[in-house]
Amino acid sequence: MERPLTKHIDLNRPPLNLKEYEQVGGYEAVRKVLKGMTPVEVQKLVQDSNLKGRGGAGFNTGLKWSFVPMGPEALHPKYIIANADEMEPGTFKDRLLLEGNPHQLIEGMILSAYAIQADISYIFLRWAYKKAAILIRKSIAEAYEAGYLGQNILGSKWGLEMHLHTGVGRYMCGEETALLNALEGKRATPRAKPPFPQVSGLFGKPTIVNNVETFCCVPHIINNGADWFKGLSKSEDGGTKLYGVSGRVKKPGCWELPMGVTMRELIEVHAGGMQDGYEFKGALPGGASTDFLTTEHWDVKMDFKSVAAAGSRLGTGTMVVLDDATCPVGFVHNLQHFFAQESCGWCTPCREGLPWVEKILLNMEKGHGRMEDLELLDMHTKMLGPGNTFCALAPGAMEPLQSALKYFRDDFVRHIVEGKCPWHTATETPKRFAESLMV
Amino acid sequence: MLTETEIQAIDHEVKLVPYKKAAVIEALKIVQKERGWISDESVEVIAAYLEMSPAEVDSVATFYNLIFRKPVGRHVILLCDSISCYVMGYQKLYEGIQQHLNIKFGQTTPDKLFTLLPNPCLGCCDHAPALMIDEDLYRDVKEEELEEILKKYRTKI
Amino acid sequence: MPVIFIDKKPYEVKAGKNLLEASLALGFDLPYFCWHPSLGSVGACRQCAVKVFRDENDTTGRLVMSCMEGVKDGLHFSINDKTAKAFREQIIEWLMTNHPHDCPVCDEGGSCHLQDMTVMTGHDYRRYEYKKRTYHNQYLGPLIHHEMNRCIQCYRCVRYYRDYAGGDDLNVFAAHNHVYFGREKDGVLQSPFSGNLAEVCPTGVFTDKTLKEHYTRKWDLTMAPSVCQHCSVGCNTIAGERYGKLRAILNRYNGEVNGSFLCDRGRFGYEFVNSENRVQQPLIRHRPGEAVNELDLMRYMEASLPHSKLIGIGSPRASMESNFALRQLVGANNFYEGIGEDEAYLTRKVINVLASGSVHSVSLKEIEQADAILILGEDIWNTAPMMALAVRQAVIKTAAREGAEKLGLPVWQDAAIKEFVQDEKGLLVSVTVSASSLDDITTHKIHAAPDDIARLGFAIAHELNPSAQRVPDTDTEFRTQARTLAKALDKAKRPVIISGLSSYNESIIKAAFDIAASLNTSTIKAGIAYVLPECNSMGLAMMEAPSFDHAVTRVKRETGITAVIVENDLYRHMPSADADTFLSHCANVIAFDSLHNRTTEKANVLVPAATFAEGDGTLVNYEGRGQRFYQVFVPPNPFFKESWKWLIEMQLLKLQTSNGHNHPPEELLEKLEAALPQFKGISKVALPHDYSVHGERIPREPHRYSGRTSMLADISVSEPKPMQDNDSPLSFTMEGYKGNPPSSAIPFFWSPGWNSGQSVMKYQEEPGGALRGGDPGIRMFHDKAEEKITYFKDIPEAFKQRHEKWVLVPQYHVLGSGELSIYTKAIEELSPQPFVAISADDAVELNVKNGDMLKLFVDDKMHVLPVKVQGDIVNGVALVSAGLRGAEVMNWGAWVKIEKTNSGL
Ligand SMILES: Cc1cc2nc3c(=O)[nH]c(=O)nc-3n(C[C@H](O)[C@H](O)[C@H](O)COP(=O)(O)O)c2cc1C
Ligand code: SF4
Ligand code: FES
Repeated sequence: MERPLTKHIDLNRPPLNLKEYEQVGGYEAVRKVLKGMTPVEVQKLVQDSNLKGRGGAGFNTGLKWSFVPMGPEALHPKYIIANADEMEPGTFKDRLLLEGNPHQLIEGMILSAYAIQADISYIFLRWAYKKAAILIRKSIAEAYEAGYLGQNILGSKWGLEMHLHTGVGRYMCGEETALLNALEGKRATPRAKPPFPQVSGLFGKPTIVNNVETFCCVPHIINNGADWFKGLSKSEDGGTKLYGVSGRVKKPGCWELPMGVTMRELIEVHAGGMQDGYEFKGALPGGASTDFLTTEHWDVKMDFKSVAAAGSRLGTGTMVVLDDATCPVGFVHNLQHFFAQESCGWCTPCREGLPWVEKILLNMEKGHGRMEDLELLDMHTKMLGPGNTFCALAPGAMEPLQSALKYFRDDFVRHIVEGKCPWHTATETPKRFAESLMV
Repeated sequence: MLTETEIQAIDHEVKLVPYKKAAVIEALKIVQKERGWISDESVEVIAAYLEMSPAEVDSVATFYNLIFRKPVGRHVILLCDSISCYVMGYQKLYEGIQQHLNIKFGQTTPDKLFTLLPNPCLGCCDHAPALMIDEDLYRDVKEEELEEILKKYRTKI
Repeated sequence: MPVIFIDKKPYEVKAGKNLLEASLALGFDLPYFCWHPSLGSVGACRQCAVKVFRDENDTTGRLVMSCMEGVKDGLHFSINDKTAKAFREQIIEWLMTNHPHDCPVCDEGGSCHLQDMTVMTGHDYRRYEYKKRTYHNQYLGPLIHHEMNRCIQCYRCVRYYRDYAGGDDLNVFAAHNHVYFGREKDGVLQSPFSGNLAEVCPTGVFTDKTLKEHYTRKWDLTMAPSVCQHCSVGCNTIAGERYGKLRAILNRYNGEVNGSFLCDRGRFGYEFVNSENRVQQPLIRHRPGEAVNELDLMRYMEASLPHSKLIGIGSPRASMESNFALRQLVGANNFYEGIGEDEAYLTRKVINVLASGSVHSVSLKEIEQADAILILGEDIWNTAPMMALAVRQAVIKTAAREGAEKLGLPVWQDAAIKEFVQDEKGLLVSVTVSASSLDDITTHKIHAAPDDIARLGFAIAHELNPSAQRVPDTDTEFRTQARTLAKALDKAKRPVIISGLSSYNESIIKAAFDIAASLNTSTIKAGIAYVLPECNSMGLAMMEAPSFDHAVTRVKRETGITAVIVENDLYRHMPSADADTFLSHCANVIAFDSLHNRTTEKANVLVPAATFAEGDGTLVNYEGRGQRFYQVFVPPNPFFKESWKWLIEMQLLKLQTSNGHNHPPEELLEKLEAALPQFKGISKVALPHDYSVHGERIPREPHRYSGRTSMLADISVSEPKPMQDNDSPLSFTMEGYKGNPPSSAIPFFWSPGWNSGQSVMKYQEEPGGALRGGDPGIRMFHDKAEEKITYFKDIPEAFKQRHEKWVLVPQYHVLGSGELSIYTKAIEELSPQPFVAISADDAVELNVKNGDMLKLFVDDKMHVLPVKVQGDIVNGVALVSAGLRGAEVMNWGAWVKIEKTNSGL
């Protein structure tokens, strides 16, 4: 089984430095591309490999690049940005790539930048990844020194600058247009599409935002070809995927596996099964904003299409397991608390709807729920659906809620009927800090 | 007044962006790093330096939860309260910290040593529950370990 | 024109619009919040959702925000779709989760956009049962009241205040459902356009604080279409009264003039009407019992007028009617403009230019649409604030239009275009004496002394067209600058040159004309705007009377003269020495005015005059647009009559032909047209007094006006007969024609289901478009084709500093320099202290620092003022606050001596 992305990652030692990385074939792809491929050829190759964005939405990466205006008329500077914000609760896969092999990301970004003829690149890193920040900074410096970054890279006349930007919180920064606003020094509220960032992105210039894992696939595609990449997968979607499992399993962790392993294999084999004394009740397959899957989905392939067919989304591919000792209502409340706090406050449904949902769930946890509350929750899952809100945050928030209401409705009803949480007593999570204007 | 160090660091960031004001988040980070938090005065000096109005700077500053617009203790404890840590019992840690330091989320110890804040997902869900103190990440934290962990910071400046 | 299908019915709509605009223009009631015709779409509130279908067979459809979707030929969508309706209703329920429902105690109640939308969506029952979030309300200064709990987070306030008006001290703070709209800390809002927040905010977060002092619900106001009295722009207003007091000024939409907004001087400067300083009763001084009744006054007039040698002193703040009635009374040869020779001379220059028709006199709307603007020597931010706001829009919109074109997006995609355009701006060249609040959007800013401003102007004209005079004695730097600016202007398709009187420099006015003229091509007619000092400066000047200085000469030469001064405080227009000389040489002074002032103090006979609120009148604005203001209410004080009414009566007494007939304004204006043909059309500015719709008059009161039977019960329990208006087709009641009146006579905006000001769209051809039947006002200057241009010849010498002398230039202040607006306490509070500003070098030379006192020797007088050191002023220029209450009129443009005081006086 090939693990191109993580082959050279060993968390027990520091990541490969530039020399070591080159020794294992690093930056070969950059040489190859700069010597003998046109930007559009690179776009085409990546498109053919069927690499789908690993940030959650699963859009064909090469196709996304092809919307960037090319040629002498195109506006410059063009930007390319690695989305390393990774703030989706339950998600920790990009961290592995960032801490494990930063040069792989940098190489992927250089290649992608070349494909759209970008001039400036950013790694938008979440603040919490302190170790990654140090490693990336060091690696960027090495890459500059070796001439992989800067002007006239390898004598190609094409150049690329790269900067590391570390965030100051807010889940919204991961949403690609909000990320652009954050990089511009503004509030991270999302932008309307169209225009898409490919046309009018950072500072109004053509911009591509891709997930870290997406970029990390690119060097391997260049080196080994589209067919090889497709062949790595057990399903239609190309490549391997970083999968993760957290919750009450024996060996929580993150592994690179062929795209399309089953949930069963993930939990039973890789995560070592449930901890003793705990039963599997359900799981969010790809982070906090995906629908629950339950035991009936045990054999669903974890690829974009199959998970969608099962009524959820592959999302980030990092699974959060709900066990029988954890209250599903409390579980969902915790998620809604997160989403309500992280709503940017731009559009009405999300800003006002999510806190209401959170209050209902907390109230239910405290034993004061009423049957009408279920209707209100159902209403929100419909009214906060895709298209109704400005961005995908609120619809994402509704995914675990709507599926919990579907699969665990009895547990909601028990809260109401028994007038208490059958599992535990609720703890209220207080408001976040730092907002001095409120009384 | 901005210090020489702050000005140098901000100037560096300003050089990287096409508009001065685009460096405001960096400037806030720089000043917060030096001073621990962003006071009204800090907002004003940053605004003046980047040719913005204080309102513009504060609009950005108050949006991001890790820009502190109130004073914090010398050490900031960020306890992850997101889903994996919830499943793995972050509440126990919260209770533990309350016992040790007698502060709730959002509060600072009277000796100004610790501020405790809840924090959404630290990105190490496979090692939940997790917390961060200043720049240090603690994973798979058990209630019993809290005392040992906190002790380090009681003496650390 | 594309055809769209709304709920399966076809409609022809204008291309380039969004579905919301199209629906509203067609008369559909589709709710919205964050969209605004002047601000465009951002899609934040999600209130305007409709269901769009792929084609006619699609039954599923998808929910879209109508404000974010453009019209397309053949597009199908539904407003009545069940899910769309349910969603819109749900939006209100969400907004209400934190709204306090405090309508009964809320100033917005009854004219609230949120109330209207709540009713429109059908939402009536709230299922939210938890605590609402509460906020701290801020002190935002004396003009605007803040009540944050009512906020529905539509972001309109910040989008208006920051993006549209360029203010930088209001913003949105925090995130999620804690977003907060206000200042970074309590304090006075700094923008002079802050008052519009009260109308832009769809609920009661930002409200008019001056109204709060004497609060009345909008439906209880008696209202009339009015025209702002506070500068030469002539913004259209709605003035509202109750219990004999003027309560509020609201925007009256005029697509050609002020659009949806007003400046703070205009909105809040109305309180002089309610002032204790009003002249309450006719006075005949120097005899026992000065105050007289009307009969005594008339007897006095009857006895004295036929034997008096009358001269009349007109006024730039009095209506055409009053000025002309005075002229009629005293005779054309005895009528003088009540302004000094300098100002009169400059105004005449302006009129010559505009009347020539070789350049086009622009409306504010045309300024907004300009793609290049040059401001030459006028601080429009302070002298014509709404013009500054229009300039701002031009600069932003030019860049936005270009951006939109490049992106292939419609211009209403506000946020998307701003993100693309970033800091790009349309061309704005500002050549002024000192820094301006427009500087942040200025592409080229130059600060220079007045003569040098003019020289640069002439040089630009010469670069554009060599037949314009060459400027002598220039260096290469100067010529390069002129060339660069000329080149930039030459690219424009709709260039506008803005200048004005306030630098007191004739050459500037000429240079502005030369540039505009030299920009003319066979397809382009350059626009020009000259800012004048007062609301009717233009009308007065068009009467072509001699200036006040001539009147002074006359009274010095002739004895026994009775001067009739109408609504003019001479001390605000001339140095006191001149005013004193004049008054002391008159045998008799009859003054008409609404407020006591230094001139009325010295009058032998003083007659109360109605303000704009108590009478009718016509003003001519800077562009030559005649506009009528209508009487708002019948004042309890019967002496509050328009000057022109008094004057007509006096004339009849003088001619001894009094017959008790009513003389409506149009009769007077027709005579004006006959006497002075340049006023052609002015009698048609307003509807004739006997106009009616199907025999019905236009009510000044909304049909929900309450309390009529009881409001005077403390005086008499029987309800008095409503007052008659013999001067206009408006009635002082709620009865009358219920439909929309003709555009020039709209007393208030209201439409079923639309109680808030948003109802204005029901009066427009399309939201944000012209009023149905055309925007009001008649222009008196007309473009002439193929006029041969004669360029000006006399170019001033380059400015040279003089030893120990400074050239005096006035500095006006939006809030503070208005003669009448200063009577509003809130404005008085915001008015600056007078100062003299000089350059840093000059401060060194004079050995002074900020705050030190300086002595200015103007003519024979010494003025002592604190100094302000300003980096943007050139050496040798002294900028002195002008127009402030009690401030002396100086010899503007003259060289004066300045010295440091020894004491800290
Ligand atoms: C609220 C929200 C948060 C998001 N956070 C992230 C994130 O942390 N990292 C990420 O790669 N994508 C995130 N996304 C998805 C991005 O918007 C975007 O689709 C992605 O970065 C594109 O990269 P890809 O095409 O390589 O997947 C988020 C989306 C939403 C709506
Ligand atoms: S759904 Fe709306 S409020 Fe929520 S994060 Fe997106 S834009 Fe902001
Ligand atoms: S008016 Fe369309 S979303 Fe607000």
